[in-house]
Amino acid sequence: MSILAVLEHNGQAFHRMSWETLAAAQQLAKETNTTASAALVRSGGQSFAAELARKQLEKVYLVDHELLNDYTPDGYSLALRQLIDQTKPALVLFPHTYQVRDFLPKLATSLGKVAVSDVVSHRIDDGQLVLVRQLFQGKVNVDVRFAGEPPNLASLQAGAYRADQMAEGTAQIEVVKPQLSPADIRTKPLELFRESQRAVDLGSAELIVSVGRGIKEPENIALVQKLADALGAELAASRPICDAGWLPMERQVGSSGQTVAPKMYLAVGISGAIQHLVGMKGSRTVVAINKDANAPIFEIADYGIVGDLFQVVPELIDAIQKLK
Amino acid sequence: MKIIIAIKQVPARDSQLRIASSKQWIEDADLTYEINEPDAYALEAGLQLKEQHAGEVVVICAGPARAAQTIREALAKGADRAIHIEEEKLDTFDPLATARLLAAALGREAPDLILTGLQSDDLGYGQTGVILAELMGLPHATLIMQVEKKDGCIRVKRELEDGWFQHVEMPLPALLTIQSGISKLRYATLMGIKKAKTKEIKRLTAGELGAAAQAASIAVDRVYLPERTKHTQLFDGSPKEAAGKLAEKLKFEARVI
Repeated sequence: MSILAVLEHNGQAFHRMSWETLAAAQQLAKETNTTASAALVRSGGQSFAAELARKQLEKVYLVDHELLNDYTPDGYSLALRQLIDQTKPALVLFPHTYQVRDFLPKLATSLGKVAVSDVVSHRIDDGQLVLVRQLFQGKVNVDVRFAGEPPNLASLQAGAYRADQMAEGTAQIEVVKPQLSPADIRTKPLELFRESQRAVDLGSAELIVSVGRGIKEPENIALVQKLADALGAELAASRPICDAGWLPMERQVGSSGQTVAPKMYLAVGISGAIQHLVGMKGSRTVVAINKDANAPIFEIADYGIVGDLFQVVPELIDAIQKLK
Repeated sequence: MKIIIAIKQVPARDSQLRIASSKQWIEDADLTYEINEPDAYALEAGLQLKEQHAGEVVVICAGPARAAQTIREALAKGADRAIHIEEEKLDTFDPLATARLLAAALGREAPDLILTGLQSDDLGYGQTGVILAELMGLPHATLIMQVEKKDGCIRVKRELEDGWFQHVEMPLPALLTIQSGISKLRYATLMGIKKAKTKEIKRLTAGELGAAAQAASIAVDRVYLPERTKHTQLFDGSPKEAAGKLAEKLKFEARVI
């Protein structure tokens, strides 16, 4: 009855969230007095498994099959289903990556379970595990427990656990060969590609002013550009603004855009859905201007003004110019 | 091509949320509701596919009586007919139970393609579509930006992290969850609204579907507003006063001016 962390690897490196999941598994194992193991699905991934064998783990399972060379939801969920059936973990943890979102619900359903997805924290209450999730894009929280028999499954939100808490040690590697046939894999993954070279490197900007849905109309972007100019900041945006074509995709901050950590990140009319927050929460100073006092952006803001951006931003430009 | 679009009705995006006294959900009596935004993009993708390849677009929605409004709006935008699984008390926290209802209702429809949004704006599990695919034995792909129909199969563009994409091919029938923002959403025309009144909405209940309730695998302790972990310095007063105080802090504390 142990904890299994299923880690993600793209063939070159572990996904950074894998280490957070591994640290979480170690922490939970300690708190519930059990052991943690890790699993990696990767054809011929011995050297990557060896990297895991230097962590404090009971076992490292390398799930190895030539049909797992490329990621497919069919291949991964069938292989992991077999691993879970064989090793019988009480709890299986995953990083809440795009890939995990693609196969975990399928895997859970094949086990007759519902995975608790996108967990932000946990506590042990009377010997029972309580997991915290966010509802309404971060405006509301919910505490949930597993009601069924093990194995139970959960995925962890980016940044919810700290990779630097991971403990070193030694672990034994076990290679697991799942039973898979080509007919099991119904989807055919083709090439990976990027749309365009990025001309704007937001990652190296010292100051960023970022604009979201609250701006309402494309012609209003000019107001936020003026604020960015007054500060000498780079202009960025949340996803809906780039989707609408109001700013180019290369200015998008968030899980599907760029990750930034400037000295100051000033969010104008951005409510702060988690997909956006993961891209900027490492910023040294976060400033938010938003009309909704309950907007999740205020969870991480150092300074804030609750108000109408169309009234506040012109005044702020004015005040900044006077202080210069 | 017969396309099913699974949609959900959720509280409007800028709703002020309060916690219900039961602490099991939010106070929902005085909220206004709308189509879950990612599902609106799934509907748009379905309508465009029908325009290109002909066929039928059928909307399916599990929800209480008020969801009929959202279903009518989908019909007004161009869906041909709808299935409403009318349940006042859907188990809010169990996407597997919801997917079982959808699968039972779709059993006799034999669609070529099922589309839904990548996640709901209220629960945010992001699972119902994939679970439905597994229950119906269909291949699936998530976070889809583009769908291209080929002979007996489709080629989709899937979004990955950090600006990467991937093309994936799969046979039909299949299920896709659609990424938001992939195309401009259409408005219902006056003609569409008029036509919608005569379009068929088949009403079903969980009882009729024989989808017996099964033991839930997740139990809810409580729903609550998150505590502030970081202490935000909020500046009040008139816009001019608040902006002035913020600018001072940016200069003298954050030292960015």
